[in-house]
Amino acid sequence: MELLNYAFMQRALLAAVLVGVTAPAIGIYLVQRRQALMGDGIGHVAMTGVGLGFLLSWSPVWMATAVSVLGAVLMELIRWYGRTRGDIALAMLFYGGMAGGVLFTNLAPGGSNAGLISYLFGSLSTVSESDVTAILLLAAFVVLVTLGLRRQLFAVSQDEEFARVTGLPVRALNLLTAVTAAVTVTVAMRVVGLLLVSALMVVPVAAAQQLTRGFAATFALAVAIGVTVSIGGTVTSYYQDVPPGATIVLLTIGAFLALTALAAPLARRRARALAAARSADDPPECAVPAGTGKTGEVGGRPATGRAGTMARQGADARRQR
Amino acid sequence: MSGPVADTVTETVAALRGVHAERGARPVLRGVDLAVRRGEVVALLGANGSGKSTAVRALIGQVPVSAGGIELFGTPRSRFRDWARVGYVPQRTTAASGVPATVGEVVSSGRLSRARLGVLRRADRAAVTRALELVGLADRAKDSVNELSGGQHQRVLIARALAGEPELLIMDEPMAGVDLASQDVLARTLREQVADGTTVLLVLHEPGPLEPLIDRAVVLRDGRVLHDGPPPAAVGRHALPGHDHVHPHAPDDPDGAAQNRTGPLSRWNS
Repeated sequence: MELLNYAFMQRALLAAVLVGVTAPAIGIYLVQRRQALMGDGIGHVAMTGVGLGFLLSWSPVWMATAVSVLGAVLMELIRWYGRTRGDIALAMLFYGGMAGGVLFTNLAPGGSNAGLISYLFGSLSTVSESDVTAILLLAAFVVLVTLGLRRQLFAVSQDEEFARVTGLPVRALNLLTAVTAAVTVTVAMRVVGLLLVSALMVVPVAAAQQLTRGFAATFALAVAIGVTVSIGGTVTSYYQDVPPGATIVLLTIGAFLALTALAAPLARRRARALAAARSADDPPECAVPAGTGKTGEVGGRPATGRAGTMARQGADARRQR
Repeated sequence: MSGPVADTVTETVAALRGVHAERGARPVLRGVDLAVRRGEVVALLGANGSGKSTAVRALIGQVPVSAGGIELFGTPRSRFRDWARVGYVPQRTTAASGVPATVGEVVSSGRLSRARLGVLRRADRAAVTRALELVGLADRAKDSVNELSGGQHQRVLIARALAGEPELLIMDEPMAGVDLASQDVLARTLREQVADGTTVLLVLHEPGPLEPLIDRAVVLRDGRVLHDGPPPAAVGRHALPGHDHVHPHAPDDPDGAAQNRTGPLSRWNS
């Protein structure tokens, strides 16, 4: 592994691992609430931050963080109050963000779109030491939120109305989700690039879903896929001299296709097992008013046939437990 | 049966007083009064568009109201914070979302009303298990909700509400799209909850298999209360199978609410 001898590759690989962890970790909540494209929108808005960074000679990473957090909060506010014209407002926000990025970059002293390109599609050699520090801090925040508040975020993303009646601070949690997604975009920006960030938030989750049945399992597998493709893409990019962002995204889609192919026979076997379990265990589909409870009486009508007998056995078994 | 004791019966756990609500410019609630006392099982009945769903959603703060007062456990709703006392079963046909989740994971989210920090202790896990047992899905805890039938989805949603061990259970059309087997499980679950002293407010299209449990029916029409009293086919929760029960279709029922309520009445004593 001679590539580890280069300081720039060490930085790039560290950044890649952090991207691989954080992007699916927040992405799973976005997919769960069916806002899979939110990361894409934030990525567009972040371009203005990068442009402002160039223009003002401040760190583009921190500027992008500030602007994309603002943008994400704005998107969340539009979702609350926008209702009918919400998607038009979002469209203006996205394209405004992209246009602002190009404009500010060109206004910057000696600025050209070439500087912007590495932020759009990712680049290995440009991950500086200060970038790594920023990425580490931001990634720590993302991990803290997505793991520490996983039950709350799960509940809110699963059923917002129910979560409100549970007494959870739904608006605060929604804002936190949006802010965390924005932070993740800037974590991933240097390696994957702003235009491809969203893929790493969504596709590993979609790939993991092909095999998993639960949320925790999906979370773990999505992160594992994210880390694997990020490292794989970064290494490939070093040897083949191709942009890391594009390589990582194509690898992720490859993982999705592979797992989908793998999942089909697995799903068939599971369906068979389930059908067997269902006919043995959950039979009262045959309209036996089983288990009227307190009176200990099983149904009003005599159960007929094999299914009916099993229904009674099932109900009795349940009562005994 | 350790039902509600006489001296607590008077406590009102949920109240709407002259509540008005609009959807756009169209009035949906036009001065609805509704009081649910501790230990009662109240059914909110009415046709589609009568405002019954809006009334319960106003009660829990999911629908803005333009006039009237709302109280939960004697506290004005705007100041009410003790949500662990309320269990809510929204009107849904599915418990699934964009990402797979197990039955256990979905039901556990109902416990957040008591475990606000998201740390589930042993007592919390026990409550989740109990809720799953109540709806007969304990053996499906590790299965994906995507693999369940429609009735089982509804049972998951009810278990989720029960996981918080609420004093007041509010259910919006729990029987919609539910197969017969699950209807019976739900009726039994509800009967056990009521026996333990839980107060229940149900939105129903028709009483159906829950009829023997219902103490009082409030019938809405066009956003107004049409009838508030014993269910026209008065039975009460003690009319379990084995009891004699008669169906005195109220002769004074103003305009045929009784006729709208011909569920499978004979189900329990045939």
